[in-house]
Amino acid sequence: MEDTILRIENLCAFFGDHRVLSCVNLSVPRNKTTAVMGPSGCGKTTLIRCINRMHELVQGASTTGRILLHDDDIHRMNPIVVRRRIGMVFQKPNPFPTMSIYDNVIAGYKLNGVRLGKAESDRIVEESLVKAALWDEVKDIIHRKGTFLSGGQQQRLCIARSLAMAPEVLLLDEPTSALDPKATSRIEQLIFELKKDVTVLLVTHNMAQAARVSDYTAFVYLGELVEFGPTEKLFTVPEDRRTEEYLTGKFG
Amino acid sequence: MREERRIVVRVAWDRLFSAATALLSYLSLIPLFLILYYIGRRGISAVDWDFFTSLPAPVGETGGGVSNALVGSAVLIGVACVLAVPVGIAAGVFLSEYGKSRLAGAVRLAVDVLQGIPSIVIGIIAYLWIVRPMRGFSALSGGAALAMLMLPVVVRSTEETLRLIPSALREASLALGVPRHRTVLKVILPAGLSGILTAVILGVARISGETAPLLFTAFGSPFMEWNVLRPMNSLPLMIFNYATSPYPEWHALAWGASFVLAVFMLLMNLVAKVMARRWKIRF
Ligand SMILES: Nc1ncnc2c1ncn2[C@@H]1O[C@H](COP(=O)(O)OP(=O)(O)OP(=O)(O)O)[C@@H](O)[C@H]1O
Ligand SMILES: [Mg+2]
Repeated sequence: MEDTILRIENLCAFFGDHRVLSCVNLSVPRNKTTAVMGPSGCGKTTLIRCINRMHELVQGASTTGRILLHDDDIHRMNPIVVRRRIGMVFQKPNPFPTMSIYDNVIAGYKLNGVRLGKAESDRIVEESLVKAALWDEVKDIIHRKGTFLSGGQQQRLCIARSLAMAPEVLLLDEPTSALDPKATSRIEQLIFELKKDVTVLLVTHNMAQAARVSDYTAFVYLGELVEFGPTEKLFTVPEDRRTEEYLTGKFG
Repeated sequence: MREERRIVVRVAWDRLFSAATALLSYLSLIPLFLILYYIGRRGISAVDWDFFTSLPAPVGETGGGVSNALVGSAVLIGVACVLAVPVGIAAGVFLSEYGKSRLAGAVRLAVDVLQGIPSIVIGIIAYLWIVRPMRGFSALSGGAALAMLMLPVVVRSTEETLRLIPSALREASLALGVPRHRTVLKVILPAGLSGILTAVILGVARISGETAPLLFTAFGSPFMEWNVLRPMNSLPLMIFNYATSPYPEWHALAWGASFVLAVFMLLMNLVAKVMARRWKIRF
């Protein structure tokens, strides 16, 4: 396989004694979009939360195994650095309610106490919002509160907020699950365009979405990575019987 | 047929029940209105310009005011806030953010116990710990006693306010690589600001009428006093002293002061309500 950016080796994840992921091995190709698919509760969210070390913030949660970003073990890195290099967008839009749209986009810098010149922060805000396909809609109300936007706009604002930090990897956890078809298609288009600069890991319930936007697909079932491969191949000639049953709607 | 009758009976019970609750809640308002009416009737005539700007008149002379008690109340509340607000907010943050530890359990228990201690006992404690070592009554000791009364209100309301903030917000910040302490200071606290300010205002309303803890601490004074290391007057102390005196002029001033205090409380509660609504944060 070509250039790998993330290598997950024997990853197990636990909530207390409850094992949620068992022995996941996965190599995520660089500057491609990889979809993570599977029935509800199979551990998709947990998997991507392990990658930016958000999983360990839950009381009693733990992991074993290794995750390598390029060739560095993320568990040896400072979690703060990991999270700056690996951005995340959550299932439910969560803009900062006390901040304007503008401040939301550069929140990653502001909250970390990084001082930016006016020109530079203007540039970052505009660039990120353009990338997130939100600039035209908000450029005149950029100093209003982010929470006044619609759900789909808020989600794109959250994407812009992550992009502003120029992450190498972007984790998207069902970013369109709360959105209508129009907003969904805008975000899908955006994901498609993003892969020029970033590696996207997209959790989705929606098979059609995985087929539309991803280059590779991973199928997770009951905490196990059942199958991983190029999306086209996985959808047309799946190797594992469980993948085939899921795709044909026998369960999930 | 029977079914229909049953429904009619149920609806009737339902009506009766809501009428009874409404009646009882109006009844509970009666004492408040009686108090306000009485204080207003007796007090409002004592409140004029002099009332706010002059010192108490010597016995036997009419007129005079309570300017020193007003200043004293403000200073005492200020001292109490300076002492209680930072500590209270810090403790509230600790309880909501790190609330599962053993220490947190102990803090919570201590705060609850402190809340239950009668205010006169707190006054005595402040007397033993501050007045005696410093060899004299002082506004500082009075403010400290009031701070102890205010502290539990601030701690628990801060904790409750911060707990209601969705964890998605915390995660949004952490996922941007923001360290925990900065997340608390720059994301969680601002999001809870209106709730915390409301708590502080209600705390101020709570202590502004306290008399007992001031009896052996701030003590009272007939003079205009700004120095927190000296005895100082305050509205409740003044009401207590003047209302128990034999002079009708002083009784009038005490009614006036009661009126001012009652209006102040009402205002504080209104401000707290308005602020909680206006600054409410949409998540
Ligand atoms: N905070 C938690 N504490 C304990 N168990 C949890 C917690 N979060 C998730 N789990 C468990 O971990 C398992 C995997 O959850 P996860 O959220 O990763 O599933 P998912 O694949 O993202 O599901 P969905 O598609 O519904 O979002 C579930 O069985 C769930 O019960
Ligand atoms: Mg999930």
